[in-house]
Amino acid sequence: MSKFKKKKSGDLPAISTASLPDIVFMLLFFFMVATVMRENTLMIQNDLPYADQVEKLQKKDLVMYIYAGKPSARYQKQYGTEARIQLNDKFADVSDIKQFIIEERGSKREELKNKLTTSLKVDGETNMGLVTDIKYELRRAEAYRINYTTRNGDASQNLE
Amino acid sequence: MAKRSAPEVNAGSMADIAFLLLIFFLVTTTIETDAGLNRKLPPIQEDIVDPPPLKKKNIFQVLINQQNDILVEEREMELKDVRQAAIDFLDNGGAGCDYCQGKADPASSDNPNKAVILLQQTRETDYSTYIAIQNELVAAYNFLRNREANRLFGMSFTEMEADFNDAQYNGDKDQLEEKIKTVRDLFPLKLSEAEPKESN
Repeated sequence: MSKFKKKKSGDLPAISTASLPDIVFMLLFFFMVATVMRENTLMIQNDLPYADQVEKLQKKDLVMYIYAGKPSARYQKQYGTEARIQLNDKFADVSDIKQFIIEERGSKREELKNKLTTSLKVDGETNMGLVTDIKYELRRAEAYRINYTTRNGDASQNLE
Repeated sequence: MAKRSAPEVNAGSMADIAFLLLIFFLVTTTIETDAGLNRKLPPIQEDIVDPPPLKKKNIFQVLINQQNDILVEEREMELKDVRQAAIDFLDNGGAGCDYCQGKADPASSDNPNKAVILLQQTRETDYSTYIAIQNELVAAYNFLRNREANRLFGMSFTEMEADFNDAQYNGDKDQLEEKIKTVRDLFPLKLSEAEPKESN
């Protein structure tokens, strides 16, 4: 009779954690694939406006970034609240743009130089005056291809 | 010889290593926005040439003032109506346009090749409003181009452009480029931006 007696064990079996590395690796790969390394440390507010007729920027290495917006909270003491331009990692003046473009262009291969695009990452609250000045400087530097970088969404959200 | 089984490697710390990497990538990366409205700036003109005369009816004037109000043809307009107004203007087909489907109003544009949209803003206008208007105007062009592309090639213009930019597309790219160019020529993007008005 003892053949059919169930073996009874009082303590709960331990939950196996052997699949934990697999789960973590899955997350890791997702983040590795989905993200891009940040190139510049932003020193300004950068809430991009919304647009829905967007085109994707091709070839990341052929894009120059110009940021503009109000200095973020920790820099406001030093630089005030007036919207400013940021090139690479520091604040810049409108007149620095031309030099910046020339330097960027110089670092690229000859046959790619006319394919460079300038991406304007401008905060939604910025006045158009500053944007117009940037555009005028870009025309002076003969960088005619630009991209107003936006978030994907309905444009009516911009007016709120 | 007795068979010796290889000792099992303890994989218990693998999770820790993976976590460490995961946290590193979480902290150092951001999902970057890399889409937007493409534009081409006009070159600076050295000597001032008189612009070719444009009939007033061929100009669609959009003005944004410092309170971010939108004035289209000197009348105030809501943002949501701008797109339809632009489509009506471009697609009017007053003269010399056999593919337009508009009302052929003699007071509006002759044909899409002559129609020019003039965008003007003040220095105090918000950038977000400006982008909203740009977006609506591009949408108007895309709507008309899609319509023509569907009629001629049975495929929307945005699809054609997406295919053209797709490296994995395995069709005839030259032919596609030709098609894109044909549709573009039917509704050429003529968006003129005046120097901003000095507000006083």
